[in-house]
Amino acid sequence: MNDAVASEHVEFVLPGVKCAACIAKIENGLRPIPGVRDARVNFTSKRVSIDHSSEVTAEALRRAIGELGFDAESVSAVAPSADRAESTALLRALAVAGFGAMNVMLLSVSVWAGASGPTRDLFHWLSALIAMPTVAYAGRPFFKSAWAALRRRRTNMDVPISIGVVLATVLSLFETIVGGPHTYFDGAVSLLFFLLVGRYLDCAMRDRARDGVTALMRETAPGATILLPGGNTAWKRAADLEPGMRMLVAAGERFAADGVVEEGESTVDCSLVTGETLPEALSAGGTAAAGTLNLSHPLTVRVTAAGDRTSLAEIMRMMEAAGQSRSLYVRIADRAARLYAPAVHALALLSFGGWMLAGAGWHQSLLIAVAVLIITCPCALGLAVPVAQVVAAGALMRRGILVKDGSALERLAEANCVRLDKTGTVTRGRLQPIGSLSLTPDEKQAVLALARASLHPLSRALAAYLEGQQVMAAPVEDLREHPGLGIEGRLRGARVALGRPSWLGAEAGEGATLQVAFVSGGSTPALLRFADEIRIDARDTIEQLAAMGLDPAILSGDRQEAVKPVAQALGTPALAELMPADKVNTIALLQAAARRVLMVGDGLNDGPALAAGHVSMAPASATDVGQSAADVVFLGDRLMPVAVAVRAARRTRSIVRQNFALAIGYNLLAVPLAISGRVTPLIAAAAMSTSSVLVLANALRLRNCAR
Amino acid sequence: MSGLALLIPVALLLGLSGLAAFLWALSRGQYEDLDGAAVRILIDDEGEA
Repeated sequence: MNDAVASEHVEFVLPGVKCAACIAKIENGLRPIPGVRDARVNFTSKRVSIDHSSEVTAEALRRAIGELGFDAESVSAVAPSADRAESTALLRALAVAGFGAMNVMLLSVSVWAGASGPTRDLFHWLSALIAMPTVAYAGRPFFKSAWAALRRRRTNMDVPISIGVVLATVLSLFETIVGGPHTYFDGAVSLLFFLLVGRYLDCAMRDRARDGVTALMRETAPGATILLPGGNTAWKRAADLEPGMRMLVAAGERFAADGVVEEGESTVDCSLVTGETLPEALSAGGTAAAGTLNLSHPLTVRVTAAGDRTSLAEIMRMMEAAGQSRSLYVRIADRAARLYAPAVHALALLSFGGWMLAGAGWHQSLLIAVAVLIITCPCALGLAVPVAQVVAAGALMRRGILVKDGSALERLAEANCVRLDKTGTVTRGRLQPIGSLSLTPDEKQAVLALARASLHPLSRALAAYLEGQQVMAAPVEDLREHPGLGIEGRLRGARVALGRPSWLGAEAGEGATLQVAFVSGGSTPALLRFADEIRIDARDTIEQLAAMGLDPAILSGDRQEAVKPVAQALGTPALAELMPADKVNTIALLQAAARRVLMVGDGLNDGPALAAGHVSMAPASATDVGQSAADVVFLGDRLMPVAVAVRAARRTRSIVRQNFALAIGYNLLAVPLAISGRVTPLIAAAAMSTSSVLVLANALRLRNCAR
Repeated sequence: MSGLALLIPVALLLGLSGLAAFLWALSRGQYEDLDGAAVRILIDDEGEA
């Protein structure tokens, strides 16, 4: 095969890259592979991009990365690069505007300092030469957005900006041609520069949060092994599965489609789909849902629904539908612009008309009208919101709270009601033994050996706990798992078993489901009790949220018995046994009653509810669906980030309001000057810079808002 | 006045070359991985790349 033709490019997401050594290991590990031309890790977006020839397949490269000790997930390389393009284009425009502003300002200062006659004209011409291409290039983001808004007969912040900048430039050009004393090139260009700073910061914030989240994206169940009629097996992608096919699902594998069990007996972990902590027994004739995890034994399943007909796909559709209401949200800057733009244009028009009537002549009147437009141009307004939000998001990020975009902060500040999921949100989603285990060291070794052999969540919790205590496993032989009952084996000739208390003849205590019994030989069974531990600061957090007027409550898909103790411990009302659609309905009812719901959840079953909420948060341990539906993702074992984020969002809102007040107050001072015709380009530039700096300085007060 | 005729083009040229350098670096992807640039200095044996 020809090398020149067969140049290929692939990208993988590497969630595990954490340091320089990882970068070196991956790059140096990949480059020697025949067919690999170049491999480069992007640490910021946690990706590796590989140029290779068709000698090696993408799948082989993924395995090679796996052998280096990293999980690689392939990405559809199309979407993210398009997003990046926006911020790169803004950065380019920003650089051009910065260059223009500096040089035009340099010339303007000379004019203000007293240059006159031919020197002044020369400087004006030079300014025009620099400013006009700059405006044409750097103003494009604003012109485009303004045009798009006008075409839909709407107005946004970009309409007054575009009109102001274009008018100022055109009029200054005219002044330059006739040799007039004042031009506004410096005003127009530095206005663009300041506004582009705000625009770029806003965009960069979104990019960064998105990188953080997409790095964690994974496919839930990529595919399944299919039993062919001839008795052979073949691996098929989830999208290619069809009803009627028979798939083999090994222990530890997720079901890629809905189906009915034909053969085998096993237990299934549904926590991803329903939020239920305890696995269910599944035997021939039972139905398995896509996305659930087969725990103990291989199953043969006849597919009943695949692709976008599975219950999993149904949840996705529900999420999309629920998320649509959110796209109608109008950001605060645009709401301000709806009031501001008409007022500014009316004012400029009135000054023009007024001076015409007063007999000033159209040239003088137009000059004054443009001065009004420039003075009122929302320079500080354009910075007021993004700067405050970027500073707040930066502070939150240092606390391990990722905000996906600025509007999330705005909506978070408006929330007046919070609904939390239980499993994995209020609790850690991890089972822990209650108290110390009443076992001898020998027994612990046997228990560990048994627990390790099973994928059941209780066994895994037990194994993790014992491993944490440095227990060594005993040499247990003849391990056999009985689905739904437990696991048994032989240790030095005696039977040892770990499982359901009733199976081992133990007296089950209260909350019968979260315990296992252990017998060794003929001894009396020992009872081991578990609980899904509530996050340590959950109670504090709930109290703080209540104190902030957020009226916290729990919405859970788990059983009543499991939800009740948690709700009691936290002192909150709780609804249990909710299907994903029930959660959405509960939230819709609240929103209909004019409550703005902050939904906090992690599971796939919370996805639609997260999308339906006015704003939503998810822990970083959440499923991908949870993370992509949430506006804010928080890291760590604590729940307090929820309260911290709400507090920071409210502080941000008040700073944004102060910034608006500053910007409008400055307009109230400067506009009379402009209307009375006393504003020279020098005054305009000074006023614009001062107000921008004031707004910036005020926003910096949010630096510590996430304390 | 004659000094201006020299200094202004020089100032503009310097500014433009700075701008060109930035745009070149941007288009070559040098701003895509700022966090990576910060840690890469710690790699001992990075090859010719």
